[in-house]
Amino acid sequence: MKERMILDVSRLPLHATGTASPTWWGTCAFMLIEGSGFGLVIAIYLYLMSLAPHWPIDAPPADLWAGTSLTAMLLASVVPNIWVSRWAQQRNLKKVRLGLVLMSFCGMAPLVFRAFEFPALHVRWDDSAYGSITWTILGLHTVHILTDLVDTLVLACLMFSRHGDNARRYGDVEDNALYWHFVVITWLPLYACIYWVPRL
Amino acid sequence: MTIEPGRSAATDAGPNEAELERRLTQTWSSQRGFWGAVASVDHKVIARRYIVTALVFLALGGLLALAMRIQLARPEARFIDADRYNQIFTMHGSNMMFLFAVPVMEAMAVYLVPLMVGTRNIAFPRLNAFSYWIFLAGGLLLWISFALDTAPDVGWFAYAPLSGPEYGAGKRADIWAQMITFTELSALAIAVEIVVTVLKQRAPGMSLDRIPLLVWSMLVMASLVIMAMPAIMFASSTLIMDRLVGTQFYNPAEGGDALLWQHLFWFFGHPEVYIIFLPAVGMVSTILPTFVRRPIFGYLPLVMALIATGVLAFGLWVHHMFVVGLPRLGESFFTASSMAIAIPAGIQIFCWLATLWAGRPVFKVPLLFLIGFIVTFVIGGLTGVMVASVPFDSQVHDTYFVVAHFHYVLIGGAVFPLIAAIYYWFPKMTGRMMSERLGRWAFWLIFIGFHVTFFPMHILGLQGMPRRIYTYQPDLPWGTLNLFVSLSSVVLSLGFLIFFIDIIRSWSSGRPAGENPWNASTLEWATGSPPPPYNFRAIPVVDTRDPLWSQPDELPVTSGLRSDRRELLISSVVEALPEARESSPQDSVWPFWAAIATSIMLIWSIFSPWAIVWGSVPIAVTLIGWFWPKGAAEDES
Amino acid sequence: MKAARAALPISMLLSGCGGIQSALDPQGHSAILLRDLILVIVAICSLVWLAVMIVLVWALLRRRDREPGDGQGSDRGMRIWVSGAVAATVLIISGLTIGSFYTTRGLNGAKNPDVTIRVRAQQWWWQFIYEDTDPARNFQTANELHIPVGKEVRVRLESVDVIHSFWVPSLAGKLDLIPGRENVLTFRAERSGVYRGQCAEFCGLQHSHMAFFIIAESEESYRQWAGAQRQSGAEPVEAETSAGKAVFAARQCAACHTIRGTAAAGTTGPDLTHIGSRRTIAAGLLENTRGSLAAWIADPQTLKPGNNMPIVPLSSDELRQLSAYMESLK
Ligand code: HEA
Ligand code: HEA
Ligand code: HEC
Ligand code: CUA
Ligand SMILES: [Cu+2]
Repeated sequence: MKERMILDVSRLPLHATGTASPTWWGTCAFMLIEGSGFGLVIAIYLYLMSLAPHWPIDAPPADLWAGTSLTAMLLASVVPNIWVSRWAQQRNLKKVRLGLVLMSFCGMAPLVFRAFEFPALHVRWDDSAYGSITWTILGLHTVHILTDLVDTLVLACLMFSRHGDNARRYGDVEDNALYWHFVVITWLPLYACIYWVPRL
Repeated sequence: MTIEPGRSAATDAGPNEAELERRLTQTWSSQRGFWGAVASVDHKVIARRYIVTALVFLALGGLLALAMRIQLARPEARFIDADRYNQIFTMHGSNMMFLFAVPVMEAMAVYLVPLMVGTRNIAFPRLNAFSYWIFLAGGLLLWISFALDTAPDVGWFAYAPLSGPEYGAGKRADIWAQMITFTELSALAIAVEIVVTVLKQRAPGMSLDRIPLLVWSMLVMASLVIMAMPAIMFASSTLIMDRLVGTQFYNPAEGGDALLWQHLFWFFGHPEVYIIFLPAVGMVSTILPTFVRRPIFGYLPLVMALIATGVLAFGLWVHHMFVVGLPRLGESFFTASSMAIAIPAGIQIFCWLATLWAGRPVFKVPLLFLIGFIVTFVIGGLTGVMVASVPFDSQVHDTYFVVAHFHYVLIGGAVFPLIAAIYYWFPKMTGRMMSERLGRWAFWLIFIGFHVTFFPMHILGLQGMPRRIYTYQPDLPWGTLNLFVSLSSVVLSLGFLIFFIDIIRSWSSGRPAGENPWNASTLEWATGSPPPPYNFRAIPVVDTRDPLWSQPDELPVTSGLRSDRRELLISSVVEALPEARESSPQDSVWPFWAAIATSIMLIWSIFSPWAIVWGSVPIAVTLIGWFWPKGAAEDES
Repeated sequence: MKAARAALPISMLLSGCGGIQSALDPQGHSAILLRDLILVIVAICSLVWLAVMIVLVWALLRRRDREPGDGQGSDRGMRIWVSGAVAATVLIISGLTIGSFYTTRGLNGAKNPDVTIRVRAQQWWWQFIYEDTDPARNFQTANELHIPVGKEVRVRLESVDVIHSFWVPSLAGKLDLIPGRENVLTFRAERSGVYRGQCAEFCGLQHSHMAFFIIAESEESYRQWAGAQRQSGAEPVEAETSAGKAVFAARQCAACHTIRGTAAAGTTGPDLTHIGSRRTIAAGLLENTRGSLAAWIADPQTLKPGNNMPIVPLSSDELRQLSAYMESLK
C-alpha cells in the first residue's frame, strides 16, 4: 500500500518517563496482581475466622512487639524511599547511589524482626487453619520484602557500574521505589489482621 | 533528557524504501539456527509457537475424549478401567481448559494485538518468551505424568478433600496443582504484556473509541486474568502445602473448610470461562464486518457489553456451588447475577444480527463458522440461563446436562470463532490461504457432528446420568443414547481431522495470499503476509475505526523512528498521542534459562519445601542475567 | 410376597417411561415442582432460540435491493429493534429469576418431618441411620431406604470422608454431603415405587458405583419393615447357615461389619444385620442373590475395583456357608 508521511516523531524523547513509561504500567499491573493476592488472603483470613467457634484457634493472640516494631520500621522507611525517588527524578547519581544503599538497609532490617514474628504467633503452621493462614500471610509478605530487597541490591550495584548514569536506570529506581511503597502499604491491613483483629 | 537531533541517517525518513526495509530487517530479525530461535523475542514467532502447541494439545485432548466415548458407548464396557478413566477425564478437562483454550486465546492476542494497534513488538517481549517456555513446561509435566500413569485423577477442579493429603495418594494431585501454577504464571505474564501494549503502544490517533473490538476484548480478558488468577495461584499453592507440609486449609477437623476450596477455585474458575469466551467474541466482532462488507453495528454497546461481562464475571462464582447447601438468600442473589449476564450476551448477539441484516454476507468459510457460532452459542447460553436457576440446577448439576452446556459454550462459543479466526488470519500468519473446499467439509462435519454429539447429552442428564462415571449398568436407560453420542463423536473428530489436515497442507502449499486477501479494514492487513520482523515499515496513523476502508489505497504513516535500534512509539492512554520513542529489548536466551530454573524449582517443590529456598537461587541468577544491561543500542538513551 | 420380590429382577424395576432415576419422571412432591419448572424454562428458552434463528436466517437470506449501510435511516431502525430485544431479555430473565425463587420456596414444606434419617456417605456406599425419639429404637441399614408414601422425610446429610451428593431425581433435587458440615433435605414420595439414586459428586475411584434405592411403600408396610429392621439378626436354624455364622465370626468379617445380636460389631463396612432383605448389594452394584453374595464375598475387588472391602481368603465350603448365612439374614 502507498504510504503518506503525515507525522514526524523524530523529535520525541528517546525514553518515556514517569506514567508515560511502559515499565511504570507494567509495575502497576504486577502490583495489581499482587494486591489482588493480598486482598484475597485477607478475605480468607476473615472467612476462616467466621467459621471458627473461637479465634485464634487454640492459641493466644500473637505477641505485639515484633510485628509492631516491624511496622514502625516499614513506615519510617517511606521517608528515605520518597527521597530516593525524588533524587532519581532529578538524575542525581551521587544521591541515588547513597539512597539505594540506605534503602538496602531499610529492606534488610525488617527481616530481622520478621524472624521474630513467626514465633510470636504461638502457633505452628500445621496446628490449625489459624496457624496456616497466619504463617502464609507472613510468608507471602516476606517474599515481597525479599524480592524488593534483591531488586534494590542489584540496582545499587548497577548504579555503581558504568551502566548507572542513564535515563532508563533512573526510571528503574523510581519504579523500585514505587514498589517499596506498595510493600509497605499492603503490610498495614495484614498487620491489622494478624495482630489486632483477634483482640477485637 | 536528551532530544534526538533532527533526522539522522538512522531514522526511517532518510533512505529509500528498500534500504529502509533492509536496515529494519537487520535490526529486528532473530539470528538463524537453534539458539537464535530459542532467543527470539519476536511476538509473531512466539505466538505461532504458542498456537501450534495449543492446537497439538487440542488434538491430544480430543483423542482422550474419543477414548472416553469408546468406554461410554456400551454399558459396563471394559475398554478403560476406573483408574485410567478418572485420569483421562481429568486430563481431558485440564488439558482443554489450561493447555488449549486459555493459551490459544492468549496466543492469538500475542500475535494480533501488536499488529492491530500498529506497533513493532509486544511490551516486555522477553517476558513473552519466558511465558511460552513456562507454558510448555507445564504441558509437558502433565502429559509426561500421564504417560507414566501418575496423571491427576481428581477432576479439572480437584475438589478438596478428595485432592487433599488424606485421600489423594501419590503425587497425582500435586502434579495437577503445579501444572496450574505453570499455566497461570504464563497467563499472567501475557496479561501484563497485553494491557501495557494496548494502553501504551497504540498507533498515533487510535484513541480508545477507535480500538478494534478484538483488541478491546483482549484488554478485558487480560484484566480478568490479572484479577482472577491470584485466587487459583493461592488455591493450588495451599493445596500443595496441605499435602506437603501439613497446613490445614482444607481440613475441617482443624478449622479448615472443604468449601473454601470451591470458593477459591470458582472465584477464578468462572472468570476463566469468560477468559476463554471474550476473546472469541472479539474475534466474531472483528471478522464479521469483513464478510458482510460494512462496519460493525453498535461499537459502543459492544465495548460496554465486553466490560460488563468482565465485571459481572466476578459476581457469579457461587452458581457452580448451588447444591452445597448455602443460605437461600445468597443463592437467589447468584441466580439473579448469573441470569443478568444474558443481557450483555444478548446485546452482542443482537448487534451481530443487526450487522448481518444491514450487510451483504459473503459466504466464505470464516463466515460459516460465525453463523455456526451464533446458532450453537445461543443454545449453550440459554442452557446456561437454565442452570443459573437454583431449583433447575438441583436436578441437573453434575450430570450430562451440564456437560452439554459447557461443550456448547466452549466449542460452539469459543472453538467455532477460533476456527473462523484461524481461517481468517492464517493468510496473515503464513502468507498462504487455507482451502475453501476443505474448509466447507470441515465446517459441515464439525457443525453437524457437534450437535449430534452433544445435544443428546442434555437428555441423558435429565434422565439422571451423572458425569464422571466410567461406566453404567445395562439396566439403566442410557445405553442407546450413549452409543449414538459416541458414534456421532467420530463425525465430529473427522471434521477436526480435516481442519488439521487443511492447516498442515496449506502451510506448505496454499495459494499465496497477498497483503489483504479479504479486503478487511484493520491495521494488520496493511503490512505484508506474513508480516516482516518489524511489523510495519512505518508506524501507521489512524483517524477512524476502519482505517483500511476509509482510505483504501493510501496509508497515513509517521516518520522519524530509528532503524538502527529496536524502537517503538509510545503513545498516551486515552488519545493515543505520541509521547516518546522507546527501545524494545534485543533477543536473549536468558528468558529460556529463567524458565528452566523456574520449572526445576516448581517441580522440585512438589517433593520438598526446601526447593523454594534453594531453587530460588538459580532463578535469581537467571533473572539478573536477563535484566543486566548489555550496553547495546537499546539501552542507551 | 417375599418370593415375588426376590424374583423381580432389577431390570424390571427399572423399566418404565423415563426410568426410575429420571428428573422427567417425577414421583415426589419436589421433583414434580422441579419438572414443571424445567419444562416451563425449557419452553421459554426454546422460543427465544427460535426467534433468534428466524432473525438470523432472515438476515442472511433476505433480498438486498439497496446498498449496504445506506444511511442513518436503517441504522435507527435497527437501534430500535436491538433496544426492544434487550428490553425483552431483561423481562424474560426477571421472570425466570422470580419463578425460580418461588419454586425454591415451594420445595421445603413441613417443619416436622415424619421420618428422620441420618445419611453418612462414604467411599463408596451409603450408611442410613433411622433416628427415633427414643435412641434405643434407632437402627441402621445400607444402600437401601424405606420410606412411607405421602409422608415428609428428612435426611440429615453428612460425609465420613470426601464430598458426595445425595440425588434421587424422581423424588427431589440433589444436595451435597460435605465433611465437617451437615445439610438437610426434605422430600415426600407421592406414589409407591422403587426409586434409584446415585452419588452425583465425583468422589474417587468407584464414584460410578455408589447407588442406592429408595422404596416408598404404604405406611403399613413401612411400619412392618421398620419393626423387622429393629430386630437383631436372624438366628441360623440350618446347619449350613450356622456354620456360616461361625465363619463370619472367625474370619475378618466381624472386624468391619456389624450383625446385631452377634459379637460382630465392626463399623467400617455396612451393617449386615438384615442384609438378606436388601434388593442389591455393594451400593446398587449387584442384585442380591445367594450367587451374587458368594461372588462378592469371594472377590469384591474384581467386581468393584478399589473398594474398601478386601479379599478374604475362604475355602469353597466356607464361602458357600457364608453366603447362605448372609442370605438368611432377612
Ligand atoms: C466459554 C465458556 C462458557 C460460557 C460463555 C458460559 C456462559 C454461561 N454459563 Fe456456563 N459453564 C462453563 C462455561 C461457560 N459458560 C463451564 C466450563 C461450566 C462447567 C464447569 C464444570 O462444572 O466442569 C459451566 C457451568 C455453568 C454453571 C454451573 C452448572 C452446574 O455445575 O450445575 C452455570 C450456572 O449458573 C452456568 C451458567 C452460565 C450462564 C448464565 C452463562 C451466560 O454467559 C450465557 C449468556 C448467553 C445467552 C443467554 C445467550 C445469548 C442471549 C440472548 C440470545 C438473549 C436472550 C436471552 C434470554 C431472554 C435468556 N454455567
Ligand atoms: C475447550 C474445551 C473442550 C473441548 C474442545 C472438548 C471436546 C470434547 N469433549 Fe470435553 N470436556 C471439557 C472441555 C472440552 N471438551 C471439560 C472442561 C470437561 C470436564 C472434565 C471434568 O469433568 O473434569 C469435559 C468433559 C467431557 C466429557 C465428560 C466426561 C465425564 O464426565 O465422564 C465428555 C464425554 O463425552 C467429553 C467429550 C468431548 C468430546 C467428544 C469432545 C470433542 O469435541 C473432541 C473432538 C475431537 C478432537 C478435537 C480430536 C480430533 C483429532 C484427531 C482426529 C487427531 C488428529 C491428530 C493429529 C493432527 C496428530 N468431554
Ligand atoms: C476391611 C473391612 C472389611 C472386611 C474385613 C469385610 N468387609 Fe464386607 N464390606 C466392607 C465395605 C467397606 C463394604 C462396602 C463396599 C462398597 O459397597 O463399596 C462391604 C460390603 C459388604 C457386603 C455388601 C453390603 C451391602 O449392604 O451392600 C457384604 C455382604 C459383605 N461386605 C460381607 C462381608 C463378609 C462376609 C466378609 C468376610 C468374609 C467381609 N464382608 C469382610 C468392608 C469389609
Ligand atoms: Cu460418592 Cu460420588
Ligand atoms: Cu460459571
